[in-house]
Amino acid sequence: MSAVQSPALDGAQDTETTEELLTLNFGPHHPATHGVLRLLVTLQGEVVRDIKPIVGYVHTGIEKTAEDKAYWKVIPVIERMDYLSYYFNAMAYCGAVERLLEVEVPPRGQYLRVIHLELNRIASHLIWLGTSALDLGAVSIFLYCLRERELILDLFEMSSGARMHTRYFQVGGVIEDIPAGFERKLREFLEIMPKRADEYGAILNSNEIVLQRLRGTCPLDSETLLSLGVTGPLLRAAGNPWDLRKADPYSSYDHFQFKIPVGTVGDNYDRFAVRLAEIYESVKIIEQAIDGLPEGPYITEDRKVALPPRHELATSMEALIHHFKLVTEGFRVPPGEVYNPIESPRGELGCYVRSDGSSKPARVHMRDPSFVNLQALAHMSRGSYIADMIATTAMLDPILGGIDR
Amino acid sequence: MPDATGLELLAQDLGDAALETVYFRERATLMVDPGQIRTVLMTLRAKGYGFLASVHGVDHYPEEPRLGVVYELLDMSRVDRITVKLRVPTDAATVASVTADWPTADHQEREVYDMFGVVFEGHPDLRRILMPEDYEGHPQRRDFPIGGEPVIFTRDESKWLEARE
Repeated sequence: MSAVQSPALDGAQDTETTEELLTLNFGPHHPATHGVLRLLVTLQGEVVRDIKPIVGYVHTGIEKTAEDKAYWKVIPVIERMDYLSYYFNAMAYCGAVERLLEVEVPPRGQYLRVIHLELNRIASHLIWLGTSALDLGAVSIFLYCLRERELILDLFEMSSGARMHTRYFQVGGVIEDIPAGFERKLREFLEIMPKRADEYGAILNSNEIVLQRLRGTCPLDSETLLSLGVTGPLLRAAGNPWDLRKADPYSSYDHFQFKIPVGTVGDNYDRFAVRLAEIYESVKIIEQAIDGLPEGPYITEDRKVALPPRHELATSMEALIHHFKLVTEGFRVPPGEVYNPIESPRGELGCYVRSDGSSKPARVHMRDPSFVNLQALAHMSRGSYIADMIATTAMLDPILGGIDR
Repeated sequence: MPDATGLELLAQDLGDAALETVYFRERATLMVDPGQIRTVLMTLRAKGYGFLASVHGVDHYPEEPRLGVVYELLDMSRVDRITVKLRVPTDAATVASVTADWPTADHQEREVYDMFGVVFEGHPDLRRILMPEDYEGHPQRRDFPIGGEPVIFTRDESKWLEARE
């Protein structure tokens, strides 16, 4: 497929007898759309001339629901937006509310957040890698990726009791300290993960079919990507080293040494290679965070925001009152509005929160990277074969829960 | 972020297009005249804010003018963000589309139109994006009730269609 490069491809078209355009409905229920995504594809022969994405099939009104809940009760619903990167959704939202409240997260809380965020980034990239490889015809890698993701979910289960949508991040820190044995298990995982990532690379980089479908297909330059608002691995694959963890560090990301993998031409192979390399960098960040994990509280000691510890409830009347107020009404947030962007596995995930001074947010909006990045699909795939469009959709990594919200 | 002084300087450069400046929690916000949004954004782009990170809507119910559209601009070389905000009343909720200058606004303006009913003039394809095409109302408005939405199963779709007529 990639043997025919884009410029030559137009030439190849001249020899085709057909000038007729065919509109093909692709999805919403199609395994290669990575969710409930519908694409109206205009084809000329086998060549994609235009794509119109149609979304909204899994719109659940989460932003509307959030307006009817106390601030801390919004966290579980907001986590269900982009269902593969739940820690990131919670982080963007909690960061916005913390900024409104002017609450400081203690260093231990920040480090624990980084550990879970990066574990989540690896888990999200593993699902992406497994399902994308599946689209490209490499079936077994899917099983390997889910095998390693299982280890991460076990860690999440250890720290929070839930494997997905953990509600671990709270406004002001994290809900609980990591339990005994977590560190040992985490270190075991950190030992295994880079070796397994080596294996994925070895399997896919020696698979001629996968390489043919990725190399040189559907490139897009950094300039066009920026005008389309694309961020994250897709932008880095085109050679632009923009990463909010480095550019505008939050949650102590400036304490850690890591590299930003970038690509050169921005084709599908670069998109694949950048994400695979990010897995190694995430492992490095987690290693440094667990080595340097500071002692101290894991959630703010501001009793107006965070629940008092369990043991205080038996002895302190004040703690009981705070507990009662927080659980029934929730905390009130000073009026104002903020936009808090973070780097999710798919790009800039921004959370806009407007408060009217009550205990419920007046508006919560997620600038979801999948929603914005989806606009680039048509620009990437125009003039290439329909099979390359499948590979591009996979490399775009759209999460429909995040797109439709 | 431009600091409070930098924000005032920006507002001065924009002249009468800038209505108000808000500096809140180290984030700079410019309230601008809805009629001049395209020129405002292009002026800011010339000053380095070359990336439009987000366009989203907000409802200030019961204050008037109710509907707000928020543009988050980012200067990637200085890592500097500025929020541009405009407000329009519900009975004249029309704003010029910035899609021609910023292609990223395409889907996001459609979402604001879908959820709040702000009409973006000059948008190439202004349709609902998340809600069904035949949906009535703009669900993210604050006076739009939660709940009461009928659940449509295929088996009673005909009944539901009859009831609507």
